[in-house]
Amino acid sequence: MREVAVVSFAEVAYPRSEDDEVELISAVIGRAMTASGIAKSEIGFTVSGSCDYLGGRPFSFVTALDAVGAWPPISESHVEMDGAWAFYEAWVRLQHGDIDAALVYAFGRTSQGELRDVLATQLDPYYFAPLWPDAVSLAALQARAMIDKGICSEKDMAEVARARRRAGAARRASSPVEASVDALLASPYVVAPLRSHDCAPNSDGAAAMVLAAGDLVKRVARPAFIRGVDHRIEAHALGARDLSRSRSTELAAEKAGAKGRHFDVAEIHAPYSHQDILVARALGLAGDVAINPSGGAFGANAYIVTGLGRIGAAATSIIDGTAKSAVAHATSGPCLQQNMVCVLGGER
Amino acid sequence: MNPCAVIGIGQNKHTTKRDDLSIAGLVREAALRALEDAGLGFRDIDAVVIGKAPDMFEGVMMPELYLADALGAVGKPMMRVHTAGSVGGSTAVVASHLITSGIHERVLTVAFEKQSESDAMWALSPRYPFQPPLVAGAGGFFAPIVRSYMRRASAPADVGLMVAVKDRQNALKNPYAHLHMDDISLDTARASPMLWDPIRYVETCPSSDGACAMVLASERAAKLASKKPAWVRGTAVRSEPAMFAGRDQVDPRAGRDCAADVYKQAGITDPRRQVDAAELYVPFSWFEPMWLENLGFAEVNQGWKLTLEGATALGGDIPINPSGGVLSTNPIGASGMLRFAEAALQVRGQAGEHQIDGARTAVGHAYGGASQFFAMWVVSSEKP
Repeated sequence: MREVAVVSFAEVAYPRSEDDEVELISAVIGRAMTASGIAKSEIGFTVSGSCDYLGGRPFSFVTALDAVGAWPPISESHVEMDGAWAFYEAWVRLQHGDIDAALVYAFGRTSQGELRDVLATQLDPYYFAPLWPDAVSLAALQARAMIDKGICSEKDMAEVARARRRAGAARRASSPVEASVDALLASPYVVAPLRSHDCAPNSDGAAAMVLAAGDLVKRVARPAFIRGVDHRIEAHALGARDLSRSRSTELAAEKAGAKGRHFDVAEIHAPYSHQDILVARALGLAGDVAINPSGGAFGANAYIVTGLGRIGAAATSIIDGTAKSAVAHATSGPCLQQNMVCVLGGER
Repeated sequence: MNPCAVIGIGQNKHTTKRDDLSIAGLVREAALRALEDAGLGFRDIDAVVIGKAPDMFEGVMMPELYLADALGAVGKPMMRVHTAGSVGGSTAVVASHLITSGIHERVLTVAFEKQSESDAMWALSPRYPFQPPLVAGAGGFFAPIVRSYMRRASAPADVGLMVAVKDRQNALKNPYAHLHMDDISLDTARASPMLWDPIRYVETCPSSDGACAMVLASERAAKLASKKPAWVRGTAVRSEPAMFAGRDQVDPRAGRDCAADVYKQAGITDPRRQVDAAELYVPFSWFEPMWLENLGFAEVNQGWKLTLEGATALGGDIPINPSGGVLSTNPIGASGMLRFAEAALQVRGQAGEHQIDGARTAVGHAYGGASQFFAMWVVSSEKP
């Protein structure tokens, strides 16, 4: 595989933003492009992730194109998925060798609706969606399956949620937790066994990333090289899966070359505290790895942006010199149905 | 870059309402036909790339999640592409890149729309802040552009009707086509009611349920295929913004750039002479002459003459949409992939009654949005 690197990343996140999509994306594209040192004319491919169901309208990616300045016309594509899969498409495109740089971006404004209800529309439309099981209730089933198997306790989950919220406080998209774990456990359930602290906030935000290969990487001081990336999907029906394991994460980790490797940093896309624990197990992370130093989804959680954000945060830890190696994870679908694993390293 | 071949093609009998099949059943039927054509099973597939137009067309958000099982994708990589009307084409392009990059050996790519599940006219008429609601669907949007072309090119009013008749007559030779209008003629077309002036009802595409699937393969995997493959000689995508002062919506630069890119890869310098058949995305009849010019088959303002002379008919020197095209079959998300697949069928010699004799080089084309997203490929009977 051709060596491709993340050379810059930028994100914005708010509990609620009055900016429209174009304004959100303009900000992050400008910052990512400036930080990359790569000219707009050198970008050979642009690809984005967005979701029409957040705004309740079709073609949300079309107006977003105004933020890119697609004139003269550009080679461009779009996934109706988390931006992590846009990142994957860009990595594939850069393998061809005819272009040396790609721009990836994603945006999501979850404040436009009730995300936990909106997500019910991504379920099997004949047998499952008509029951309107909301996303938090489905995640609670998974947490219950893990607790029943002794994989984690509500206390473990509270500790993870508290640590992530504190780590992500600097991003100012969620409220940090001051209360003790005991106090958290005394709070009421949202959907048992999940309490409010176990559920990541819903945010409005956008992220942009520049990837480079070939000669363009040589002029970047500290790129984050993509050592391996893979993604896998599982069966849709929850009853067809063992919810206490993430087999697709395990498989993607193996294919991406993450198994048995040491990492300084792991960025996990987990909108619920038990999923943070579950994915860390699936990745087989060793003891001294820093998990979600960015706070992960608990720092900011704009749907569609969070997965790309994990790859961006992992890459940033290498670009800014705080880590030599990192692994990033992204997810899509109910109860971690689809997962991506990306291994990043700083050495040329 | 590694060579990429099309070794399997499948589609449904397209119709207004496939109420005998669920969405999963619809895509699985097309996928199984593509696999059967390739002599393969789901177990032979490394990855699945699926595309469709807006999720609101069925009311299912991110349907790839629910369709993973039906498409045999469990345990594999699966991606979902969405680039408006061009999506069927760009989905095939993304899938081909998984082969040409050397990442996978065999990729299943599927595009679909089951328009009967929802109402595309409603989904295409959203209310945007600070904009008057159009509530006129795609036809209302494109009618002024057609009017503009007719004026600029001084084109006779009948050309659009001629395209409509030609494509419907071609569709009679395609068993999978949605519309089979046995009595279609210029006279019946002239009697068709005006829908969005200057577009008559007969000049518009239908709303279809349908899917298209292809198995794409590496050179090594293509050698093992039972039937003759189509070789992908070039792929390209281009986008430009929907609106800005001075934008030419009749002859968009993104379309011209896309064609120039794909022709360069395929070694095409004179498309009219070198291309044996083209499947162009023509949802409203007048887009045939418009795209003939945009894609270099005719000089500016001259495209309508090719239609008038019969050059684009089945027996002409540059047959356009021998399958009947989008005018005869329009499962929106699949319409672009059908163009790509029909081009591949031509160079494989598998197009049946609408086969162009001896076709060696064919073009597949799709566009979307406000004539702003373009995807193309060139396929050939010869390996690159």
